[in-house]
Amino acid sequence: METVAVWVLAVAAVGFGVAVFVVDSMARATFALLASFLCVGVELLLLDLDYLGVLVILMMIMEMLIMAVFMIMYMMNPGGLMPMTMVHNNRGALAISIGVFTALAAGIFLTPWPPRRGTVPADPTFSVGQAIMGPKMLVMMVIGIAILATMIASVVLATDRGRYDRPSHREDGAK
Amino acid sequence: MNLEVFLLLAAALFSVGLYGALSQQSIVMLMMGLELMINALLVAGAAFWFYVSPGTPDGQVLVLVAVTVMALEMAMGFAVITALFRTRDVDMTDEAGHLKG
Repeated sequence: METVAVWVLAVAAVGFGVAVFVVDSMARATFALLASFLCVGVELLLLDLDYLGVLVILMMIMEMLIMAVFMIMYMMNPGGLMPMTMVHNNRGALAISIGVFTALAAGIFLTPWPPRRGTVPADPTFSVGQAIMGPKMLVMMVIGIAILATMIASVVLATDRGRYDRPSHREDGAK
Repeated sequence: MNLEVFLLLAAALFSVGLYGALSQQSIVMLMMGLELMINALLVAGAAFWFYVSPGTPDGQVLVLVAVTVMALEMAMGFAVITALFRTRDVDMTDEAGHLKG
């Protein structure tokens, strides 16, 4: 039962991933990406990662809704009313990605993976919580600073005014 | 169900994302490709945790980092697109080649 679910979700995740670059409409592409993320979230749930699976599902729903807004802002074809393709070097990209997949798949099946060490804890969420509040706290601190830096940097980049509150298109700083 | 199945899923997602990142002209679509590649990292990290060393939470912490990177990448990407669009009216990768060597 679980094996079937894993395979169905895996095929669905890859299928929706392919659909992102196949469908005409940008909004549809965003929701295809969301579907792919949801499949991956459920795969994490099947791997006993209750917290991370739910985290991925909730975060990706929010992220893709924001992304849909940006899509509609920036795309010339948000509703998919006229079919168009926007690709460059399609054949090269296909060749590279198929080559990468072949190499990765060969690596996956040829590598002698180490045997399983330890057992799945009764509550994996508890163990990850203890880790990030204990021995792995440095990771959490770096993540926190990275989030803060991203917030500042994205506001600085996205705002109309440059540094020192001058309009970015006026070199002399006059308003 | 074993490690190889999950790693194969990760490899497939990574390759699809790589195709998108290489081929798409729109910067927003390019970022979707990058997101798919990080998505593959989530699967691979979780699978390694479950099948190789479930006793220690290192794999889970790695997945947590990857999820954060995904969100930050999208925020920074949209900020860059906004800045680019504001100054040059550009939303395609081919028109944004000013740093090309």
